[in-house]
Amino acid sequence: MKRRNFLTAAGLATGGMLLPIGCNSWVAQTNTNPSNPKRLVVIFLRGAVDGLNIVIPHQAEEYYEARPTIAVPYPQQPDGTLDLDGFFGLHPQLQELMPFWNRQQLAFVHASGSPVVERSHFQAQDYLETGTPGIKNTSDGWMNRLLAQLPQDKPTQALNVGVTTPRILQGKMAIASLKPGINSTAPMPTDNQAVGRAFSKLYSGTDPLSQAYQTGAKARDIVLSELSQEMKRASRGAKQVAAFVDDAGEVAKLMVGNAKTQLAFMEIGGWDSHVNQNSLFERSLPSLGEGLGTLVQGLEPIFADTVIVVMSEFGRTVRENGNKGTDHGYGNAMWLLGGAVRGRKVYGEWRGLDQAALYESRDLPVTTDFREIFSVILEQHLAVPSDRLKLIFPNYQRANNIDFLL
Amino acid sequence: MNQVKARDSLATQRHILSRLSFGVTSSVLEQVNQTGIEAYIQSQLKPQSMQESPVLKNYLAKLGSINREPIELHAHAVALQEKLRNSKLSSKQQEAIQQDVRKIGVRTINEAADARLAGGIYANRQLQEVMVDFWMNHFNVYVQKSAVKFWLHDYENQIRKHSLGNFDDLLMATAKHPAMLMYLDNKNNTAPESPWGKKSNQGLNENYARELMELHTLGVDGGYSQDDVIALARIFTGWSIDRRGKKGDKTGFCFYNNRHDQQEKIFLGHKIPGKGMEEGEQALKILAHHPATAHHISYQLGQYFVADQPPESLVNQLTKAFLESRGNIQLVMDTLIHSQEFNDPQYYGQKFKTPYQYLISLVRLGEIQEPSFKRIRGMLFQLSMPLYRCVTPDGYGNTQATWLNPQAMLQRTSLATAIANGTLNKNSPVDTEKLKQNLGKISPLTKQVIDETKLKLKTALMMGSPEAMYR
Repeated sequence: MKRRNFLTAAGLATGGMLLPIGCNSWVAQTNTNPSNPKRLVVIFLRGAVDGLNIVIPHQAEEYYEARPTIAVPYPQQPDGTLDLDGFFGLHPQLQELMPFWNRQQLAFVHASGSPVVERSHFQAQDYLETGTPGIKNTSDGWMNRLLAQLPQDKPTQALNVGVTTPRILQGKMAIASLKPGINSTAPMPTDNQAVGRAFSKLYSGTDPLSQAYQTGAKARDIVLSELSQEMKRASRGAKQVAAFVDDAGEVAKLMVGNAKTQLAFMEIGGWDSHVNQNSLFERSLPSLGEGLGTLVQGLEPIFADTVIVVMSEFGRTVRENGNKGTDHGYGNAMWLLGGAVRGRKVYGEWRGLDQAALYESRDLPVTTDFREIFSVILEQHLAVPSDRLKLIFPNYQRANNIDFLL
Repeated sequence: MNQVKARDSLATQRHILSRLSFGVTSSVLEQVNQTGIEAYIQSQLKPQSMQESPVLKNYLAKLGSINREPIELHAHAVALQEKLRNSKLSSKQQEAIQQDVRKIGVRTINEAADARLAGGIYANRQLQEVMVDFWMNHFNVYVQKSAVKFWLHDYENQIRKHSLGNFDDLLMATAKHPAMLMYLDNKNNTAPESPWGKKSNQGLNENYARELMELHTLGVDGGYSQDDVIALARIFTGWSIDRRGKKGDKTGFCFYNNRHDQQEKIFLGHKIPGKGMEEGEQALKILAHHPATAHHISYQLGQYFVADQPPESLVNQLTKAFLESRGNIQLVMDTLIHSQEFNDPQYYGQKFKTPYQYLISLVRLGEIQEPSFKRIRGMLFQLSMPLYRCVTPDGYGNTQATWLNPQAMLQRTSLATAIANGTLNKNSPVDTEKLKQNLGKISPLTKQVIDETKLKLKTALMMGSPEAMYR
């Protein structure tokens, strides 16, 4: 207990911060301009998005056999797959991403994910967020541990939006959080000096409530002074994916406007497509594509130094289920987008969709560990020394089987 | 010596009341003073033995939608929608109908939420309402999916009815309830080889089968395999809904034999011969009485009622009670309340209230007579815990790690200030003396800060104090 308090307090005293944008996004800031201006944005599609209908193996006969009603048609056909490399293609509702592919700024790693098979959403998300697949009692998230390493001589502190903190950002680096969305600068009763002073006295200790209150009050000051212009915005769409477009613009604005901002995390829920998957994709993919487009556009001045990773807890069954949907599977595709990415390529070992090549005869296997992908980014892009990587992904032995950066 | 004992027992009483109810009120204190705490516990464990509050009854009687059958509510909305098919309608008329449909939906959801809030605030059967909070998260459904909203209050009432009963009855009630069948897609779960499967091209859906084992019964480490998930999904083929109540018993549940997989299944090592709907009932019994389920439920009860990390000794004791009583929840709770661990002072006042528990407790502690439920609903949204809107099937958590963070503290202290000033109460400020009495013992720091502060802010500080945020 004491030690934990000390660490949190130390983080607070010396820190920069994780800065929140919108209801589902977080960015990290350091206190001073780091010498290394590289950026990483991680976007989590919660609910397990069907990677086989995102990066479609349109030359694999088995794909169409396994998905009689939900397969995306051949390229050139109406609503057909957008061909990428002659074998794989992109879902037509992600048209917005094709220019990035053509500019060699977009790549995918197919059949990737966690080395530990886990078909529970919550457990699988935890593994991706703690960075310790198979170990259930890791309490902190790997992005929080990464924050502690960035940059080495300038410790950071954290801040997020909303009243819950995602697992990936939990940990000893202080996380402050802000009110999400449009009302972030609207007056609160504790803005009143007398009220604020009284509660500051009540929460002046070192107990968890006091620490949370103090961090919150500090974050509030930042919002009211520095960020009030940034955070003012038109009314938000109620739907999560539509809000994503909004958030993406804010994330970009903060990352470009402030060189201290190196890390961002965003999440979009609602991909658990057990029923009528195609209509879900038709509703949700355009906003996802639009949000990514907005993000890239906004990041333009620093895009060359940016990597955006899109991931999801696991893939879905190769075979469609009985309700024009798919059930929980295993391997998935991870998306890589950014000026620092050697794009226009689908990476990863692809073993085909032949039943014998599938995991338990039903799912895409995992041939690339998600930690390998992030290790490449951490080491080569964010310049985390290789001996520090094990602090972020403990017990991980590098496979060195993939290289996707310029 | 006697003085110490008396003080201890007072602290123990406070602890029991804060965990078995949503907050102390002067009438509860009076009752316990008269009858003693054990009589209070025993009456709470047997809610049927108690008169329900007339205030609650009167309030519920006024809510239109919760007093109608779900089928009827649904039919009303459908009938309106069917009117839209009339091509002769002007766009203005169409819009008016669409607005009516929306209004019915919103009203149904809001009245269900108001009924829940009224229960938490007014009920004499407080433990029952606390159990409803626990089980509604355990068996979470999401109001925006399919037509769940029309069955929501009925679902909650089924849970209320069994909340201190037998776990297998509770499990069966959720399994057959249209709200759950819609939320976890089992309404579509069809054997592909069945007559209906062939005709409609529908097939197997694993969603409910998996969450039933992972979340409702065995737990994620409960020792089941992917084969068990598939076997269980096959067992539940045909468990679906009849929205119009034409085929069955008007509850909205219907078993369709022509969608069912008639083959034998092997589930958790049990051979289950093809017997139609009975197979699902058999599987639910196997799950309800499984040792892993007993352990999983015991852990969760321990976490909700005792500590975020419940002591292993307690979990083991509850597991034993669960198994020996064949899942009698009342008996498990009796064991829990009288356990050494529950009564260990190190756990007193250590559970950080969820936003729901916090807001309800402020209303009770402050004895706000006719609070604005609409505002409470809005506050729950602000605190990220709107009723019936947890999208994922694991429901809302109840640990400090889930709910304590900087933004939450700013919002809680702000809302406490607003409530103290009367925002829930037509702007008439909360009675400081009653609040003080109901809140009980406060720390020297809290006392000092309150003493130093001007009168107008004292209530706000009490409501926003650590003592009010923990139970």
